[in-house]
Amino acid sequence: MMSEMTAADLKLIVFQLKDKEYAIPVNQVRSIEKVEHITRVPRTVGFVKGVINLRGVVTPIISLRSRFNLEEAEYNEHSRVIIAVLNDMEVGLIVDSANDVIDVAPESIEPPPEVIGSEEADFIKGVTKIEKRLFILIDLEKVLNPEELAAQDGKGIAG
Amino acid sequence: MEMNQYLEVFIEESKEHLQSCNEQLLELEKNPDDIKIVNEIFRSAHTLKGMSATMGYEDLANLTHQMENVLDAIRNQKIKVNGEILDVVFLAVDDLEAMVLSIAEGGDGKRDVSIAVEKLMLIEKGESPALSKARAETAAAIAEPPGPVKSTYDDFEWTVIQQSKEQGFETYEISIALRADCLLKAARVYMVFEVLEKSGEVIKATPSVEQLEEEQFDQEFSVTIVTQETPEVIRQKLLKVSEVDRIDVVEVSMGDYISRETVKDEGTLKPDVEEKADRASEMPKEEKKAPAAKQVSNKTIRVNIERLDILMNLFEELVIDRGRLEQISKELNNQELHETVEHMSRISGDLQNIILNMRMVPIETVFNRFPRMVRQLARDLNKKINLEIVGADTELDRTVIDEIGDPLVHLIRNALDHGVETPEVRKAIGKNEEGNVILKAYHSGNHVFIEIEDDGAGINKDKVIKKALKNGIITEQSASALTDKQAYELIFASGFSTADKISDVSGRGVGLDVVKNTIESLGGSVSIDSKVGQGSIFSIQLPLTLSIISVMLVEIEKEKYAIPLSSIIETAIIRKADVLSAHNQKVIDFRGKVVPLLSLKEIFEVPSDNHEDEFISVVIVRKGEKMAGLVVDSFIGQQEVVLKSLGNYLTSVFAISGATILGDGQVALIVDCNALIK
Repeated sequence: MMSEMTAADLKLIVFQLKDKEYAIPVNQVRSIEKVEHITRVPRTVGFVKGVINLRGVVTPIISLRSRFNLEEAEYNEHSRVIIAVLNDMEVGLIVDSANDVIDVAPESIEPPPEVIGSEEADFIKGVTKIEKRLFILIDLEKVLNPEELAAQDGKGIAG
Repeated sequence: MEMNQYLEVFIEESKEHLQSCNEQLLELEKNPDDIKIVNEIFRSAHTLKGMSATMGYEDLANLTHQMENVLDAIRNQKIKVNGEILDVVFLAVDDLEAMVLSIAEGGDGKRDVSIAVEKLMLIEKGESPALSKARAETAAAIAEPPGPVKSTYDDFEWTVIQQSKEQGFETYEISIALRADCLLKAARVYMVFEVLEKSGEVIKATPSVEQLEEEQFDQEFSVTIVTQETPEVIRQKLLKVSEVDRIDVVEVSMGDYISRETVKDEGTLKPDVEEKADRASEMPKEEKKAPAAKQVSNKTIRVNIERLDILMNLFEELVIDRGRLEQISKELNNQELHETVEHMSRISGDLQNIILNMRMVPIETVFNRFPRMVRQLARDLNKKINLEIVGADTELDRTVIDEIGDPLVHLIRNALDHGVETPEVRKAIGKNEEGNVILKAYHSGNHVFIEIEDDGAGINKDKVIKKALKNGIITEQSASALTDKQAYELIFASGFSTADKISDVSGRGVGLDVVKNTIESLGGSVSIDSKVGQGSIFSIQLPLTLSIISVMLVEIEKEKYAIPLSSIIETAIIRKADVLSAHNQKVIDFRGKVVPLLSLKEIFEVPSDNHEDEFISVVIVRKGEKMAGLVVDSFIGQQEVVLKSLGNYLTSVFAISGATILGDGQVALIVDCNALIK
């Protein structure tokens, strides 16, 4: 997806989780919302927090902290939901805050270091450094991973 | 010219015309002598030809043109309708359909139509299409020699001339000579025709219009026109067309005809003339009818279904806001606000009805492809089938219509293949050789029923059970306890096929379980009734609409869930002491029946602070015959809600069929009772 857009600068949305800064290409983001009431959806994977009403569209929400195996945090006034789009799917990602957009040259993105020493390594597409700030590019496809969800199937209970 | 904006209209109208061709062809098969039907088909084909030529789909226009020629020959009684000819015409219509479909799907509408065209050409020449191909090739190459410039008229044309006269129209034969140095003869011909068609009705051209268009004439041609204008006016008008050399206008009088008529043998002429007079009398009538028909059509408009969907979505948001307003007005307790909100609620209720009604489509759109299918299948299976359709005007929500087609195709194929016996068998057991299949649709309450009834062999229960045992669907033990109905239901199990012979039509055992699944996913159900030797009835029950449903809102701790009213039998509050325990399963005695209790709190893993109540609230739900009691904390009430999906990401959540947005803007999940009861 990203390698195709070599000519122009990449626009990235920057968000924070714990103390690190992450980035996601702006074309994968539909909007950024404040956290409002989330309706829990029972018996689904842990990182799926539930669904919200996004202007009349029921949108599933996942917690990136939980997805990256970081400890959960209370939502505060900085917490945001990034509505991301991947192959027709709209999914909200809960992050600690999101308040920046940066432009980077595609060639400045390096592959993730071999040893990154944290759980989120699987979901990283690359890293880029601008003025001493390190941004971690997340791989949305792996973060959402619909197959993992599809495996969740229930059985009838009453006879 | 920018054609895209017309493309949609073109596709829609083409489909309609093809459908009408199909219907009329079937009709024609039953009454091969009815010229009116041929006319109907001819009209559809002609419009289609014109449209596709305008849109630049040459293959489409070409094939329709050939078809038109054959139809023309039929209505002029040059060829007689028989099964063979109809087969070829059906084949041509199939080709046309395929092309229109390809255009609709964004293709270029190109297709190799040479086989169909060739066959049609052979028919037109009065030969059987089954004859050798070598002849076909040469036949195609022969072009008719240019006809004499002086026109001769057949009986039909004379009748038109005669009737026109009775209505005060004069008939003139106009000879037009173009200048010898005229380069674009076809263009001049076109201009001449345009002038003439403005003044009256062209009934005949010599040489034929096709030949004229292809410039297969020298300098002269003649056109016969029915008009109220004087010869001189016509002459003056025609002379304005450039490169026209000479115009002769001659009145055509009935005298010519009568003198001819006497020569003819009276015996054959009489019925002939009568029949043609019938047809001819239709022509002016239709002309008069045309403006009236236009007015009627002005009262309906074509609306893109997407727009209706958008309207529906917007309205859904309005319903949500309405809920919110109702809540606010309750909290504020302001009388004026109260009244306004109430009024708005009433209006939006009416609006809801109208919008839902707009999305209703007659089931005809699904049914109308079946006569063709049945005809073809009956031929393939060597069976005689009479398909009767009842209640085609029954209306259903578009979303249901879109989905119901395939299951019905399956069931009809099943009825034809496994239900109706071969003519020999039917004769042997004293039934009419022709099998009857009745497709019936009707409304009942909030549901639509579709029934497929055949008078075939019925379902052999023992055979079904034997097969199910063999395929491991049931055990010996359970087999003996099965009722007839339960046994019939087995044919919906996956991996089941009762036909001894596996045929192309059905019988791979993959069909009926898919049918059942599709219907259940639409919130409907299917049941079977059958009598051995007398036939079977497959009955499908479907909800009227899928987008707005009535639910009972319940609360479990702080979470709200919606249970569809269609699955609820009733709600009850029972004492804790009345809950019994059987085999580690809590049950209650509900009106003499033992009903298992399910705690939604446990099933949905609702976080809770275990407090005990003396009374428990239970929603009794059902799936078919089975029941279950869902334990909740409290009932909130009944409400109409807009059904929404959980999106493409959360596709299979256990026991949740969707979600809805409540008045306070929060999302409530809709409980899928079918998943809870096994």
